[in-house]
Amino acid sequence: MTGSSSGQSAMGRPSEGRCPDGRSALARFGENLRRAPRELRDSMLRSGSPATDRSRSAFVFSSLFLHVHSVRVHRWSLRWSTTMGLGIAAAAAFLVTLITGVLLMFYYKPYPDVAYLSMKDIHFVVPTGRFIRNIHRWAGNVMVVLVLLHMARVFYTAAYRRPREFNWVIGMLLLVVTLGLSFTGYLLPWDQLAYWAITIGANIAQSPRELTDALGITHLFDLGGIQKLLLLGSDQVGEESLIRFYLLHVMILPLALVVLLSVHMWRVRKDGGLTRPADADLRLPPITPATYPVFTEAPQRTYHLAAVVKGRTPAVGNGPENCVPAMPHLFYAEAAVFMMTVLACLALALLRDAPLKELANPAVPENPAKAPWYFLGLQELVSYSAFMGGMGIPLVVILGLLLIPYLDREIAGTGEWFGGPGGRRVVARSAFFGLGSVILLEAFAIRFGWIRQWWPESPQLLITLINPGTVLTLLYAIFSLWAIRRFDSVRAGAMALFTCFLAGFVVLTVIGVHFRGPNWDFFWSPSDWPGH
Amino acid sequence: MTTRPLAGGNGRSRLDPEPIPRRDFLGRLAVFSSFASLAFALAGIMRLPKAAVLPSPSKKFSVKLPEAMQPGVPFVPPGRSVAIFRDEGGVYAVSTVCTHLGCIVKADAGGFKCPCHGSEFRRDGTVVRGPAPKPLPWLALAVSAGSVCTIDEGSVVESGRRARG
Repeated sequence: MTGSSSGQSAMGRPSEGRCPDGRSALARFGENLRRAPRELRDSMLRSGSPATDRSRSAFVFSSLFLHVHSVRVHRWSLRWSTTMGLGIAAAAAFLVTLITGVLLMFYYKPYPDVAYLSMKDIHFVVPTGRFIRNIHRWAGNVMVVLVLLHMARVFYTAAYRRPREFNWVIGMLLLVVTLGLSFTGYLLPWDQLAYWAITIGANIAQSPRELTDALGITHLFDLGGIQKLLLLGSDQVGEESLIRFYLLHVMILPLALVVLLSVHMWRVRKDGGLTRPADADLRLPPITPATYPVFTEAPQRTYHLAAVVKGRTPAVGNGPENCVPAMPHLFYAEAAVFMMTVLACLALALLRDAPLKELANPAVPENPAKAPWYFLGLQELVSYSAFMGGMGIPLVVILGLLLIPYLDREIAGTGEWFGGPGGRRVVARSAFFGLGSVILLEAFAIRFGWIRQWWPESPQLLITLINPGTVLTLLYAIFSLWAIRRFDSVRAGAMALFTCFLAGFVVLTVIGVHFRGPNWDFFWSPSDWPGH
Repeated sequence: MTTRPLAGGNGRSRLDPEPIPRRDFLGRLAVFSSFASLAFALAGIMRLPKAAVLPSPSKKFSVKLPEAMQPGVPFVPPGRSVAIFRDEGGVYAVSTVCTHLGCIVKADAGGFKCPCHGSEFRRDGTVVRGPAPKPLPWLALAVSAGSVCTIDEGSVVESGRRARG
């Protein structure tokens, strides 16, 4: 109203050039210039600086970047032991790989031989090139570790339960995409390490042939051949493969990851924030005066509409007790986790260089040719049967993990570490059983060999079906069925299975990394390897 | 509105819902056909990345065999993944690409050893040890005058077929 009336009056006296308040246009210009920075900030934030309950909420929900968060967060969610910040840290590591990866793309050329030379350039010529590449490599490794730890955290706190089942499924997809990103990145340097790791990986994609050959149906349905052809664009690792891996690494998989990650975080909020035990409010310590303002007023607005839109809206009918504003509490915690993750990546990058071996040579394999460390557990299984170790067992494990939230429909222990019937006892026993059986089985196979050493003429199908990997999987499955019976709880069985697989993964990875040398023979230490 | 039974008297009112409402049926049909055509489109899209012509270099090559080849001692042409043997039966070539995961096996007088996962093969390619699911394949080979040997690494022949030479 005032604006339009003053405009009319100014139009009435156009030649005068003065405001009603009597200041000159030049004075107003000076005043506006002085206020411009603050006005810029306020217009950027839309809701002004986050100073009151209302503006703190607006700060979150009126920002494109922050509105995946809820505006208020339960005090339980902010406890260190609830999440340990693992999910945010994994996302932070992804952000680091994204930024360093784009930087590396300035110089990297995805063509055989030239690729290797451009890696040399990045390493020796490009300013900060080696450091940026080290950060990229380390952040990728850190991301894999954090994703695995995050998954373990969600599992052991039973946070996958209703209504969060589907977010667990998205999380599994994110795990697969993360591993895919690491795997595709492994080829790009085009050195010996890369070439032979990818040759092995591509032949694992071809390994269903082991099964179809044994059944004699390869000429009808050659799944393995199609998979390898799609992955490599050829029958061996060459220029076509490099372009494919590059495209997957810088385009397809990162886009998939960003989309899945957005849905993953958005679902956290939509599914009612982080899981907490039913009696979380009672177990929290009383609010100290030092705590920043805690929401105390019940919501003014009725939530009927929200209830219609989505029956599960968690705030319906509840006051905001024990919640604090996400700004500043949650965001400061997230910023701290982010900074710690970046710091860890930088420190590791300073301590140890990313490897770059000699130029890829298709005629002479690396000995031993090892995949990235997180695939060495699989490579250990692959050394008994390519199909079972590389595809069969991983598929069973991923399907099993996907199904867990739909099989465990219990309530007890949600939001508690190792919650549910049996609790820590199940986990301790399963860890013992899991570690014991994998170590004994590996020791047996290393000491006495396996079926083919005893009866060289035995058919391949027998070796594919019965090898240390499948025997171990079967033992773990039986053990978890026992746990379901013993503790009369599906959750106990799930905990047993997850713990066993975790133990198996760790032991097999350690064997693959440390105890396997040339010809995949067993050595107590890499210093015992025969020289080439 | 009256509810008269339909002609034919099957006891069903005109206002009773039909067993499968026509609208629902057509709707489902539309959804199904959409998904079916998308699936076909996906299959069509996947034809592009599935290469019809393999871009790898030609696998056919000629090499002059050394003068004195001991029976059972392999000759590996430099840069090729083939081991050539000569014995009283003739000349034959065995691929040195491991049937397990594609590493290049090392040929020696006793047979072949794979550096990647420890598979071992006899001189004729049969598996002795390790995870390899199949024997090493024999390759098509022809020997012409002056012991020049032409081998096609892409063409597998049945094990045991030797060439005179």
